[in-house]
Amino acid sequence: MGKRVLLVEDEPNIIEAITFLLSREGWHVDTHSDGATAVDKVRDLAPDLLMLDHMLPGKSGLDILTELRSDSDYAALPILMLTARGQMRDRAQAEEAGVSRFMTKPFSNTEVLNAVRDLTYT
Amino acid sequence: MASLNLLIGVCLGYVTLLFGVAFVAERAAARGKGAWLRSPLVYTLSLSIYCTAWTFYGAVGYAARSGMEFVTIYLGPSLVMIGWWWVLRKLVRIGRTQRVTSIADLISSRYGKSNTLAIIVTVMAVIGVTPYIALQLQSVTLSLSIFADPSGATDGGMNLLSAGFWVALGLALFTVLFGTRNLNANERHDGVVIAVAVEAVVKLIALLAVGIFVVWGISGGITETMARIDASEIGQWHMDRSRWAALTVLSGAAFLCLPRMFQVLVVEHDDERHLHIASWAFPIYLMLMSLFVVPIAVVGLDLLPAGSNPDLFVLTVPLSQGQDGLAILSFLGGFSSATSMVIVATLALSTMVSNHVVMPIYLSLQGEGATVSGDVRSVVILSRRASILIIIALGYLYYRISGGSGALAAIGLISFAGVAQFLPSMLGGIFWRGATRVGALCGLVTGFTIWIYASLLPSFGTDVVLSQSVFDMGPLGINWLRPQALFGVDGLDPTVHAVLWSLLLNTGAFVVGSLVSFPTPLERLQGAQFVNIFAHSGHARGWSASVAESEDLMIMAQRILGAREAQDLFRTEARKQGVDGHLPEPTPDFLQRLERELSASVGAATAHAMISQLVGGTSVSVQDLMAVADESAQLLEYSSQLEAKSSELSHTALQLREANAKLTQLSVQKDAFLSQISHELRTPMTSIRSFSEILRDTKRLSGEEKTKYASIIHVEAIRLTRLLDDLLDLSVLENGQVSLNEATGAMDDVIDHAVATTQAGGATLRIARVNGPVRVMVHTDLDRLAQVFINLVSNAQKYCKADVPELTIELREEQGNVEVYFTDNGVPIPNDTRALIFEKFARIDDQDGSGAGLGLAICREIMARLGGDIFYLPMTNGNRFVVRLPQTLALAAQ
Repeated sequence: MGKRVLLVEDEPNIIEAITFLLSREGWHVDTHSDGATAVDKVRDLAPDLLMLDHMLPGKSGLDILTELRSDSDYAALPILMLTARGQMRDRAQAEEAGVSRFMTKPFSNTEVLNAVRDLTYT
Repeated sequence: MASLNLLIGVCLGYVTLLFGVAFVAERAAARGKGAWLRSPLVYTLSLSIYCTAWTFYGAVGYAARSGMEFVTIYLGPSLVMIGWWWVLRKLVRIGRTQRVTSIADLISSRYGKSNTLAIIVTVMAVIGVTPYIALQLQSVTLSLSIFADPSGATDGGMNLLSAGFWVALGLALFTVLFGTRNLNANERHDGVVIAVAVEAVVKLIALLAVGIFVVWGISGGITETMARIDASEIGQWHMDRSRWAALTVLSGAAFLCLPRMFQVLVVEHDDERHLHIASWAFPIYLMLMSLFVVPIAVVGLDLLPAGSNPDLFVLTVPLSQGQDGLAILSFLGGFSSATSMVIVATLALSTMVSNHVVMPIYLSLQGEGATVSGDVRSVVILSRRASILIIIALGYLYYRISGGSGALAAIGLISFAGVAQFLPSMLGGIFWRGATRVGALCGLVTGFTIWIYASLLPSFGTDVVLSQSVFDMGPLGINWLRPQALFGVDGLDPTVHAVLWSLLLNTGAFVVGSLVSFPTPLERLQGAQFVNIFAHSGHARGWSASVAESEDLMIMAQRILGAREAQDLFRTEARKQGVDGHLPEPTPDFLQRLERELSASVGAATAHAMISQLVGGTSVSVQDLMAVADESAQLLEYSSQLEAKSSELSHTALQLREANAKLTQLSVQKDAFLSQISHELRTPMTSIRSFSEILRDTKRLSGEEKTKYASIIHVEAIRLTRLLDDLLDLSVLENGQVSLNEATGAMDDVIDHAVATTQAGGATLRIARVNGPVRVMVHTDLDRLAQVFINLVSNAQKYCKADVPELTIELREEQGNVEVYFTDNGVPIPNDTRALIFEKFARIDDQDGSGAGLGLAICREIMARLGGDIFYLPMTNGNRFVVRLPQTLALAAQ
């Protein structure tokens, strides 16, 4: 059974690109574009990997991250955070909140795939 | 025969003696050993300045001319002393508690510290006393002439008028030297008072000596003298009742009102108890002074040739008997009478003139500068000296004009009538609270005018000031204005006439004026203070041995000075007093020191009032309270200034906080802006990069996939470009570098264009148009305006989430302004974000990512450039954007 990734992202073209990339690697990709309900979605799907945009409508990626990490069930969930805001502070805050990997857009496809592999082949 | 030179020598010796006595007295007073100066005896003797040269010489003359009537002059004061001592007591109490310096001061402070009244009283007093001073000059000059020409029958022995001048000059110098050597704050002159007392003894002894000589030396005993009297006309008791009554009242009034009497009765005096003794001792003195008047007059009339001046019998009778020594003693008595009167009278008058006339003028001329006490002091002394010289000069002038020939008693009565005009205002002031300033002014001016017209001017004789015709027919022939028969009342004795009318109308005007006018608050306060003086005042202002508890004082002092300072102060004092512990005895010294300490903190008046409360011996006077109120007012003003400053400060602080918040907000906005730019740029670039890599790296892509990914790259590239365009546009607009492309066109066309552009893709938004009947033309940058409209329509397309989205575009024209309403039926923008929608990157739930959130910011900039405005109005069921612009750009471009 293939591994599941949940992609929380509100930009349709980016969703399409990532879905295309990870599907070819054998991932089952679920997508979700609303920040407010993202945590529920994680609980529903129990994905092996969470890819999280920083700027989301409803609730920010950082808040979602914090909320998940406060739940022991998701303490070990690999979370890859993607952001288009080029601010150093965002990275620091995300790392403090327990992010597994932090990447700045625009990313190279290779970079993303390598990160996903690092986080899931353990 | 005593020579004139001997006489002058004796005078100089006598004056030197007086100086010596005065000097010793002042030295003693300065050293605090002057208790004897304030004895009842000295007080009684100082009152004897009532007995001037008029009494000394003139009484005999008066008796020789008019019989027993001279007694009235002694009767009035005696009655006042015996029957009215309580009036005097009240005057003395008021004088002490109110620190009155003269009768002018008394009347002016009673009537609300009116300087006008003070000036009027001063001028009246100077005018009223002038004849009196002339009288003294005349008597001294006459007595000198007797020694120059002992026959006494003629005045030819020496030039009386020039002698008068030298006498006046001598008196003036004497007074200046005596009275103004130094300046006491309390207007007391211990040296003068003691010299006056000595002179009182001298003149009494002199007159008694002459009387005894006459009775026993000439007549041969009491029985023989009585026989002589019975044989003479004086013994016949012609008694004009109206004159007796008028003269008694007049002399009593003058006793209270004469400035010099007021000086010794009230100003120089502060112990009411002395009045008890003086009230019988002074009448006895007066009785002794009058005891031998009739015998001297009778014997003089018998012995001396007809035509001899009876005013000089006191001198001429001893001289005619070869009693040169006695004559010189008698001369000294007369000299004493004259000098003591002149000194005290001019001192009192000069105090009034300098306090109420010169100093107010000087201080107002000096303005703010006159604060150096030394300067003022020298000015005061100078003005007093000048006043003395001027007053004596006036007396001399009167003496010259009236010819120096009138009977002494007649001149004295004129003065009496003049100063008696103060009586209604003075007595009314201390007994009637309803008396007002206006009443006092009316009374004084009325009485004084009548006195001048009916008494003073006629005294110069006919054809000097008033012509004979005025006396006979009245001024301008008005009969009832004849000076000696006012209002047609004829046949009265001139003196009675003048006294009657002046005092009657004076009192009437005073009462009526008081009844019809309203007192000022200050008058009311002073009135209550004066009338109820015994209820208000206690002992002198200095702290007498008190019943204050040191502990109470300590508690108060701690509150004001602070605990440690107060304890230090009390402990130091206790050690100084040699008392165990730290509570000293509340001695007057200590109370004064404490008051000084407190006044540094709370102001002098408040300090005094506080200690008064505790000490209890002195109640708080109205003046104290007013001073307290002044201080409180100053404190209040100060504290309100502080309050204003503090509110100013907090206002500034608020402004600073606001500015700081704004800066913080700006900084946050700047960060947010950079984040936004970054986000807006990176997001399309992410897609572009990702898909371009997919296209490059993926071998087996279908043609369809290739096309799709390429077109994504294309759309995102366009989005990037538009973002950059918007940013540049906004930057240009914000910096005001944009140039407007003005043209005239119809609003409808502009709206049509905008709608057509945005609806090109076949959108679901329904657009309704509401137009007025007339085509609205505008002159503006039509392209920019269209840009704004396009933005608004496309926003409605994007954000109006109604089931049937609809946008109504309504055009209105009003007073040169055009307004376009864009009203949609979507969900109203939430309250908290409304303020942000015109800010950059203020996208609200923008999920399709097509806008960068710069649209409304650009719209706002454009409308500002077009001289118009764009704003948001929430509707109950939708949103409305209003675009307002001037119909012609030029009108509002600048």
